[in-house]
Amino acid sequence: MSAGAPDFEALLREALVPVDPPADLAQRLELTLVNLTELAQDELEAWELSTMRDPRNWVRPAAAAVVGATAGTALVVLRVRGRHRSRKQQSANLLELAERTLHDFAEEARRILPDR
Amino acid sequence: MPDTITSKAELDARFTELYRAHLRDVYSYSYYRVGNHHDAEDLTEQTFLQAYRHFERALRESNGRPLRPWLIRIAHNLAANFYRDRSRKPESAIEDAGMISAPHTTESLVEGREELKSVLAGVQQLPDDRREALIMRFALGMDNREIARALGRTDGATKVLLHRAIRQLEGMVNGNAEAEAK
Repeated sequence: MSAGAPDFEALLREALVPVDPPADLAQRLELTLVNLTELAQDELEAWELSTMRDPRNWVRPAAAAVVGATAGTALVVLRVRGRHRSRKQQSANLLELAERTLHDFAEEARRILPDR
Repeated sequence: MPDTITSKAELDARFTELYRAHLRDVYSYSYYRVGNHHDAEDLTEQTFLQAYRHFERALRESNGRPLRPWLIRIAHNLAANFYRDRSRKPESAIEDAGMISAPHTTESLVEGREELKSVLAGVQQLPDDRREALIMRFALGMDNREIARALGRTDGATKVLLHRAIRQLEGMVNGNAEAEAK
């Protein structure tokens, strides 16, 4: 469809170029998704091992199955994200940053999720 | 695309594919929608986290159609909430390139091109639906059908929307140019 002059559409195409995301966004997002998956998996495994017979415990693993939907998991993500800048400053390289982030996730999950 | 996902691992692998294929699309959309990189990063993250939560159902219901419009629709809804929650509108100008560290920025690309700056400023002043349609068409390269799915409109309504958006923007830009020439 040609709504305006062809050269105006070319101008629009030139003005609205795709914007590359910052490299650290891609890394941070991948790490968040990996950790969400692992957190949910841990929840499900713990449930299978210890609480199969107690219906009162069914709610929590069911929540884990929908991963990011739980407030606890969301809280973990938010808290870990909030400390991203300080971890970045403390890390000498990307690998160290990834290790610190993973450690932070585990700590935060231990702190928040068992109380729920 | 097969409709049945056999395992969680396969689902995650499919999501990773989707994420890698469309991270730039979601980020570009977010950036042009909110006008700065900081909020665009937040919006992009929230979009993919929400997409991850609903991915299995989306795959099931997509019938093999591309999921890009679904992703952009999530970003669109989150952006609407973003403005509602913060009671603000998109920034009128694209932020200063010196403030961020993206591989490249629209500011640097349009540097020295007054007409491009004028186009970007005009895009920010368009009504929301027209601005979004233009971003999807020109920044993301989506066709009418994809844009229609992302905006929840018919193909015909989308065609009209794009037509009007381009004409309105062209009028604004030409009007500015004439005013400056006087």
